Amino acid sequence: MTPIDRAISHLHSLDASARLDSPLGRLDARAKVLVTLGFLVTVASFGRHQLLQPLPLVILLSAGWALSEIPVRSLGFRLAIASPVAVLIGMWNPLFEPEPMLRLGSMVVSAGWVSFLSILERFLLGMAAVLLLIGSTGVDAVAAALGRLGVPRVLVTQLLLLYRYVFVLAAEVERMLRAHSLRAPNRPRPELRTVRSMLGELLLRSLARAERVHAAMLCRGFAGELRAVTPLRLGLGDALFVLAGLGFLALVRLADLPRAIGNLLR
Amino acid sequence: MRGVRFTFPDGSEALRGVDFTIHHGESVGLVGANGAGKSSILLHLAGVYLASEGEVRVGDWPVSRSTLVEVRRRVGLVFQDPDDQLFMPTVFQDVAFGPANQHLPPPEIEQRVGEALAHVGAEHLGQRPSHRLSGGERRAVALATVLALHPDILLLDEPSAGLDPMTRRRLIRWLGSFEHTRIVASHDLDLVLDSCERTLVLAAGRIIADGPTWSLLTDAALLERAGLELPLRLQGSPVTPHR
Repeated sequence: MTPIDRAISHLHSLDASARLDSPLGRLDARAKVLVTLGFLVTVASFGRHQLLQPLPLVILLSAGWALSEIPVRSLGFRLAIASPVAVLIGMWNPLFEPEPMLRLGSMVVSAGWVSFLSILERFLLGMAAVLLLIGSTGVDAVAAALGRLGVPRVLVTQLLLLYRYVFVLAAEVERMLRAHSLRAPNRPRPELRTVRSMLGELLLRSLARAERVHAAMLCRGFAGELRAVTPLRLGLGDALFVLAGLGFLALVRLADLPRAIGNLLR
Repeated sequence: MRGVRFTFPDGSEALRGVDFTIHHGESVGLVGANGAGKSSILLHLAGVYLASEGEVRVGDWPVSRSTLVEVRRRVGLVFQDPDDQLFMPTVFQDVAFGPANQHLPPPEIEQRVGEALAHVGAEHLGQRPSHRLSGGERRAVALATVLALHPDILLLDEPSAGLDPMTRRRLIRWLGSFEHTRIVASHDLDLVLDSCERTLVLAAGRIIADGPTWSLLTDAALLERAGLELPLRLQGSPVTPHR
């Protein structure tokens, strides 16, 4: 299996989990989109030296994850794939902020290390929330919900088409690489020169496909707007979910829960 | 079509004067070598290409920019590559795409999707993502996306390409049961023999023969001129089975 094959099968499994009939899966997509947005805003709103305050969000995530019935192992794996990005972003902080900030026993921790950990923590929290949203809802329902929530139609259409054709594009790249490896068995990776012409070819093929897809859409009466037919219905359960979710987020943001718990225990 | 010529922007001529009339309810095969102009004719009938010269009429409507909506309401084109045709996230949404664009009420859309999928034997695929279907399933769903529009004229571009024998046989049976006009462009001459009463033979952007399928597709000299050969079942089998 090549890396592209693996990436595609991960996307497939995320898609498959969206069709699980779980308590979280049954909720209206709009409710989940709203709570996830609230979650992301809350996570992003913490300062870079507030390492402990966002931690109670893990409770909300765990509850959501339990209700979604998605295997936790798949979450860990996907987070591990994505985390190098956050590490790369935060890795220079210890150099820029050398002043001491925390003392853990005899060890002094600098402000840079705290902000590095905070970036990593917030990245993992946000990423897990988005994976949970997609994994319990499906890209199509998320797109429909975004459309109903007022996100411009053009963006929603692009999101849907992007998601649909990323598989076709990946399969095309896959076939090109396979053809290359069969004709250049002594070279595991194509040379830069070959990659360049492959990319050009890929662009031309994509343009040609885009033209054909557009023609197919026009033939079926497309007039600039993908009409969603996914039924969305907000019920009492959805309202309670949004209220409880946003309420908990507000509590975590406004009250310093870890400190309160610490004071209680003291 | 009357005297239709079509030139691509790069100057290459796809159609060099095409004339034919097809009546309601006819089943017509379009055969010819690669690049003979089969797909171009279908794309003209659906108004995707507009003739550089000559006239294309669908029913009472001349095909032009101003009549595209009316023309496309009558014509359903099934593309050669189902990946071009299936662009929505799930099969249900893909089949519902056309009816939704006709602003039909949701219960009617649902009914049409159900009927179209049942027609091609794909009711069970409704909630599947389009990108996770097998080749045959994709082809069936692509057909359903067009059937849901209730077209008067069905255009099929290479419908049997990449199908296994059983699925291909089902397609042939199904084509026979469709009572509206259908035009099938294909290299699969046996399929044309089984599902079309009339055939147009194309070569280099012109129609070189137009007549009953059986008499044209048994004419080896004509087929050779068009870059084709006799349908497989009419070629003497080189393998003699042992008894």
